[in-house]
This record gives sequence, structure tokens and C-alpha cells, in this order.
Amino acid sequence: MLLNTFFLALREIRRNVLRSFLTILGIVIGVSAVIVMVTIGGGATAQVTDQIASLGSNLLMIRVGQHMGPGQSSTAPSFDLDDAHALYREIPAITAVAPSSSQKVTAVYGNANWSTTTTGVDNGFFSVRNWTVQSGRQFLDSELRSGKAVCVVGATVVKELFGQQDPMDAKIRLGNFSCQVIGVLEAKGQSTFGSDQDDLVLVPLRTFQRRISGNQDISLIQVSVAEGRSTDKAKSDIEFLLRERRHISGSENDNFQVRDMKEITKMLTGTTQILTTLLGAVAAVSLLVGGIGIMNIMLVSVTERTREIGIRLAIGALEREVLLQFLVEAVVLSSFGGLIGILFALAASIGLASLLKIPFIFNPGIMVIAFLFSAAVGVIFGFFPARKAARLNPIDALRHE
Amino acid sequence: MTSQLQTEGHPLVELQGVSKVYGRGTAAMKALRGVNLRIDEGEFVAVMGPSGSGKSTCMNILGCLDTPTEGKYLFKDVEVGALTRDQRALLRRHHLGFVFQGFNLLNRTSALENVELPLIYRGVKVEERHSRASKALALVGLAGWEYHTPGELSGGQQQRVAIARAIVTEPAILLADEPTGNLDTARSIEIMELLTSFNQEQGITIIMVTHEQQMAHFASRVVQFQDGLVLADKANGETL
Ligand SMILES: Nc1ncnc2c1ncn2[C@@H]1O[C@H](COP(=O)(O)OP(=O)(O)OP(=O)(O)O)[C@@H](O)[C@H]1O
Ligand SMILES: [Mg+2]
Repeated sequence: MLLNTFFLALREIRRNVLRSFLTILGIVIGVSAVIVMVTIGGGATAQVTDQIASLGSNLLMIRVGQHMGPGQSSTAPSFDLDDAHALYREIPAITAVAPSSSQKVTAVYGNANWSTTTTGVDNGFFSVRNWTVQSGRQFLDSELRSGKAVCVVGATVVKELFGQQDPMDAKIRLGNFSCQVIGVLEAKGQSTFGSDQDDLVLVPLRTFQRRISGNQDISLIQVSVAEGRSTDKAKSDIEFLLRERRHISGSENDNFQVRDMKEITKMLTGTTQILTTLLGAVAAVSLLVGGIGIMNIMLVSVTERTREIGIRLAIGALEREVLLQFLVEAVVLSSFGGLIGILFALAASIGLASLLKIPFIFNPGIMVIAFLFSAAVGVIFGFFPARKAARLNPIDALRHE
Repeated sequence: MTSQLQTEGHPLVELQGVSKVYGRGTAAMKALRGVNLRIDEGEFVAVMGPSGSGKSTCMNILGCLDTPTEGKYLFKDVEVGALTRDQRALLRRHHLGFVFQGFNLLNRTSALENVELPLIYRGVKVEERHSRASKALALVGLAGWEYHTPGELSGGQQQRVAIARAIVTEPAILLADEPTGNLDTARSIEIMELLTSFNQEQGITIIMVTHEQQMAHFASRVVQFQDGLVLADKANGETL
């Protein structure tokens, strides 16, 4: 009987090619949309996490101000160079300190000009942020001390200002002073959020303070913690020292913040997770739309099928034989659609991942979920109208309009 | 002579005070009001009567497609009302053949597959199924039309497919509700001759609804319905 029913179901599928095709199409769309979106979202998250890990987990960033909502500004005083020196001197876990200050300026060379970020640094910056000077050199101590007009430029700035020309020893204008290029940084490429990490000009901190900002302020101190030393301990040491230096009494809150990469990682992955959730929501909607498509096809065909059920019952089919036939039909269509959807989604995800330059991460969980959901939709909407019809008196099923 | 056969034969189906009410309350419609009817094995009965007199309702009850509101329906002395849904389905499967006025064939399904359908539910093996279905089609004069779908067949041909489907299982009883309602006289007479041959050669009991006196002449007994009751019940010999 089971075999017979299976055979009857396959015959019905073959006989109603259009209806079967539309049902399968609905399932394919639903399943593949969900899988593609979730896979892409997962790939983006993995990429972010990877990039942060490559920055090094021993980096701490110290900024002025409270952690505040957008639009709020801080009136807390800036750091100065002494703060940076004190950190290096007093906290043994710190192996390198990089005080810095940045501002947007327009760099000009010949006819070319380019709006970029100029950052005043000392040589600690190169080691703390893992920058390699590709050609030329870092700053000399004498240049740092005297605030000489020299600079090290990033790959993007070289490209924009010099094109194919050799930038070495050339003089570029930064705002209202001109300085000599003494080094070029090795390219790092795009950061996680698509900002260009190579779009920068480095000048000695003192040069920056004198020629660009006109004050002694330092907005950011980045420090490296020695391998094997706890960043949490270093963090609390830094907080203790800076509270003392900034005369913050016990009850007051910090007016600066120390962040380690763990927090930043958390924040960034949080953002990409929101992205993934959003994509997932969009996908869920497409799954729903696919489901409604399946539902409609199933329900539209119910009139014809109710008559069919009436005929089968009148001929002597048992209720359960009719139900089994419809169940097999729905299961076969749904699983077939689901499998095609999964294959299609795999191809599309791999293609999209390489197009967007994010890693492709195989996620069997979402495939199972998407598959089960559309199978359930197919089965529920194929099966329940049929069940309703199969419970009628044969004559009522036959009379159904 | 036929009336003697009638009383001496073994009762195949029997309705005892059967009534059928459609709808409820003020919309209730009493289609049958206490019908008593006994039909014996081997009879060929024509059911006649004005439109709305309850003929189809009665046929549907006899065919186990519908259930009476009141009264008893005995099939071979078994009370059908006491059976479960599945038992009634099995009764239809093994003992009844039904021909509908509106054919009720499966669309987009070949004549052969339509005729095979009751055999599938009986669990008949493929080869036997094919040969029996082909034979049934040949019997109704549709040899060579096996692979045509209902859409490709004329009304008369569709009716013959429906008859082939009803007799392919060699049922004890064939119920036909206006089997010639859609056909011209020549086609109708062909169908009647077919039914007569089933009745006489295979001993299938036949109950047939018809509006036409000419078709009723093929039967051995005529039951006249009026307002949900049996008005007259005569052997055909008496009317002739
Ligand atoms: N499903 C139904 N619901 C409500 N009333 C019905 C239903 N089927 C039949 N009736 C009513 O029951 C009465 C008997 O109907 P039935 O179909 O048995 O008549 P009939 O003798 O077969 O008529 P006809 O010769 O026109 O086929 C009619 O008045 C009809 O309106
Ligand atoms: Mg009728």
C-alpha cells in the first residue's frame, strides 16, 4: 500500500507540472535567500574578527573624555607629552608608548592636492601600530626634538600626489607649511569598515603641535603591553596613574578611557552581528514570501484537488491512503525544492563571497533550518487542506465548487 | 414472472424508512421521507421521477457516498449505518461501482489510468491491472483510446470510461445516476445495451436513474419517485 501510494503521488506530481514547478520555485527562493544572507553575514563577521586579531591583542588605546552617546562632547583636558612619558616610566608592563594627535589637512604637491589626515607621532607609533617603512626611514631623534619639517607618507597619499614619480625627498605642502618626504609606509589596505588605512601623513609630534594644531595637546596615547602580561592589569595601572596625574578624586568618574582590542572586537563584532541579524530578518521575510507562494499554490489547487479526493474516496480509497498520497506529494516536492535551494545557495554564496572579498563559511545549521522551514510550509499547506477534504463525505467532496 | 423472481431472490440492498434532510432549521430540506426499497441480486432497476424527487439522494445513499438522516440501509443484511468510515470505503472498493452523471474522471489522466484507479486501491499488480483495465475499456468499445485523457474524449466516450471504471472491479452492484443524461439517443442506446449485457452476462445488479421512458424499457423493474417517496414500483412486464 505504501509503495502504491508513493507511486500515485509521483504520478500526480508529474501530471501537474506547472503546479509542481511553482511549488518547488517558492521553496527554492525561500531556502536559498536565507542561506545566502546568513552565510554572507557570517563571512563579514569572521573577516572583522580576523582583522582585529591581526592588529594584535596587546594594544591599548587611551583617549580623552568619557564614553558618551553621539552628539555629546567632552570638556575634559587633553593629555600632554609628560603623561605619555610617565606611563612608559611608571608601568613596567608597557613596552612602547605612542602619543599622537591628528587633524585633517590638504596635502599639495605640484598641481596635485589631496585631503588627508596628518598625525603627529614619535617613533613609538611605528612599533605600536605595526607599521613598516617600505622605503626611506623613520624620524631621527634630532628631528623629533627640534620639530623638523619632515614626513613619512602612506601609500594612498603617494599614489594621489605623486602618481608614478618617486616621492622620496620631495617637498609637499601640508596646510600652511611645507615638509620633506623621508619615508614611505608599506601598504596595509582597507580596514574593516572600508576606510583606507594608507591614507595618512606622519610628522614628528612637535612639528604637528607647532605648525598645525598650535597647542601641546595629545588626543590619543596608544601603548603596547608586553607579551604574556595581563592587559587588564596594565589597564587598571594606567587608569590609576592617569587619575592621579589628572587630579581626579575618588568619587569622580574618569575623564578619559582606556580601551583594549577585546572591547573594540566586541564592539565591531556586535555591529556585524546586527548586520547579520538584519540580513537574517530580510531572509526570513523572503522565506515567508516563498512560504506564502507555496501556500497559495496549494490552496488554489484545492478546489480541483477536493474533487480529485472525492473521486478517490468514491472509488474506495481510505482516508489515510488519500492523506498519505498528499503527504508524500508535499514531502517530495518540498525536499526536492529544498535540495535545489541549498545547491543554488551554495553556488551563490561562494560567488558572492569572492566578489565581496569575504571568507566563505559553510554553515550547515542554517541550511537545516531553512530546509525544515520550507518543508514544513509545503507539508502543512499541502497536507491540511487535503485532510479537510478527505474527512468529507465523498459526495460533498465531489460537489465541492 | 419477474415479480416472482423479485420475491424469491436474495435481497442485495434494502432501505427501511430512509429519510434524508439537507440543511438545518428553516433552511432544512427533506429530500427523502421514509423510503422503503428492496433490490435483489441480478435485478436491473430503473429509477424514475421528476426533478428534485430525491433520486440522486437515494442513489448516493445506496452507493455509500452519503449517509441517511434516519432509517436503515442494509447491504447484504449488514447495516451500513453501523459501519465505520473505513469499512464503508472498503464496501465501496470491493462491492460497488458508481457512474456519475458528471463522469467524475481525473483530469489530465489517461483513460487507462482512470480505469486502473480502483484496481490500484485494491492492490492489484501492475500487469494484471493493465490487462484488466484494457479489457474493460475494450468492453465499452474504447479499444485504442487507452492513452487519451478525458479532455480528448467526447461526452459519450467519457461516460464509457466512467462505466469501464465502475465495472472493472466486477462489483456486485452498479449504480448509475443518469448515465445517458448527456448523450444523444443513439449513444444512449449503446450504453443501455452495454448495461444490459453486464446484467445478463456477468450477473451484475444494476440500479440506474433515468428521465427517459425509452431507456427505462431496458430495465426489468421501474421504481417511480415523487417528493422523496416511492410512488410506484413495477416490473417492466406489467407496464408493457
Ligand atoms: N447537497 C444538497 N444540499 C441541499 N439540498 C440538496 C442537496 N442535494 C439535493 N438537495 C435537494 O434535495 C432534493 C432532492 O434532490 P436530488 O438531487 O435527490 O433530486 P433528483 O431526483 O436527483 O433530481 P434531478 O432529476 O434533477 O437530478 C432537491 O430538492 C434538492 O434541491
Ligand atoms: Mg439527480
